[in-house]
Amino acid sequence: MSDTAAVTTAPAPIWPMYRSMVGIGLICGVLLVGAFQITKPIIERNKAEALARAIFQVLPEAASSKTFALGEDGRFTILEGKPAGQAIVYGGYDGTGRLVGMAVEAAGMGYQDTIRLLYGYAPEQNAIVGIQVLDSKETPGLGDKIIFDPEFLANFTRLDVTLAEDGSGLAHDIVSVRHGQKSQAWQIDAITGATVSSNAIANILNKSAARFVPLIQAHVDDFRETE
Amino acid sequence: MADPHETPPIDELLKGLWRENPVFIQVLGTCPTLAVSNTARNALAMGLATLVVLVGSNVVISSIRKLVPQQVRMACYILVIATFVTIVDYAIQAISLDLYRALGAFIALIVVNCIILGRAEAFASKNGVGRSALDGIGMGLGFCVALSCLGVVREILGYGTLFGVSLFGAHYQGWVVMILPSGGFLTFAAWILFANWLRKRGVSS
Repeated sequence: MSDTAAVTTAPAPIWPMYRSMVGIGLICGVLLVGAFQITKPIIERNKAEALARAIFQVLPEAASSKTFALGEDGRFTILEGKPAGQAIVYGGYDGTGRLVGMAVEAAGMGYQDTIRLLYGYAPEQNAIVGIQVLDSKETPGLGDKIIFDPEFLANFTRLDVTLAEDGSGLAHDIVSVRHGQKSQAWQIDAITGATVSSNAIANILNKSAARFVPLIQAHVDDFRETE
Repeated sequence: MADPHETPPIDELLKGLWRENPVFIQVLGTCPTLAVSNTARNALAMGLATLVVLVGSNVVISSIRKLVPQQVRMACYILVIATFVTIVDYAIQAISLDLYRALGAFIALIVVNCIILGRAEAFASKNGVGRSALDGIGMGLGFCVALSCLGVVREILGYGTLFGVSLFGAHYQGWVVMILPSGGFLTFAAWILFANWLRKRGVSS
């Protein structure tokens, strides 16, 4: 603080500078690699557990799940090993092995940053039956209500995603409406004071459902023929 | 500042808690103080993470202080601090993903928390390993306590909860401004006012 170091004007010897910089750099590098290697399996296990929890949350009837990858031909196949960039859909099954629905991951822009969420789709009910926000940076106290507000989450116990007659998209776009004005099964009752975040959720769901629901409906049996 | 070798070691520990408290008296590291103190849990976690980094970097920097030439000392200090921060970052991800999500980008910003570089430059680079460790613990605890003071007030007023436990029942309408950055400034100002009042009273009596 008050006792600042004396400033030297004479040219400094180069070797000690290299020695200390390179030496510290090497030691720090080794430490970082060590910490990364030790924590990597634990972090991956945590992430897998969080995802598994989310799958069972968005598909309340499910007791087990399987991971499917979307092929280029629009068919779903059981994924072995790690995903290599394909879209992933999780199939959920109840205690007797009956297919109850699919969990799909979707992402889109929120108020501050990308929102990542998982939603559960039940083909027999033609509805989204649950959502879980995986990752968001919405304003604490306002936008982050999309994660836990019970009234808002009640929108997703049965959100209609019936297909259009030609099967190419949704019959009705998922839209968010002002709080208290929800009149149709495909509307989302927005949170007062968190309109942007509520709209973001509606847009993310609409975009993802418009892509995946037709694919899933066309090949529901892909998820069943795995016993 | 008095010659540090004349002060008893216990004083190095205690000074950070109150007399030279990094937040309330030195007003250092206000960025994480304002940003991460919206709930008591976040505040405590951020305080503990900073404490670990501060003690680690103080010990290492004081043990290499005679090997590092003056001209490159800052670069070396930052390297040491950044290493500790990255290790803490991995450790928090391994302990709890929820906590990691809450603290988000602020963990990485511990690197540039001026309390840590400040203690490295002002203390650890001039004192022995033992004293530097004590200084790190004291300053870290002081930071932790100060952050918790803010976090507790902001969580009670903003969410009506303390460490996630509801205090006023489900119908309490949170005071949203307290959770936002502006509430951080208000709470911070109130605490500094209180700290200064306490200090003045201590001097006059």
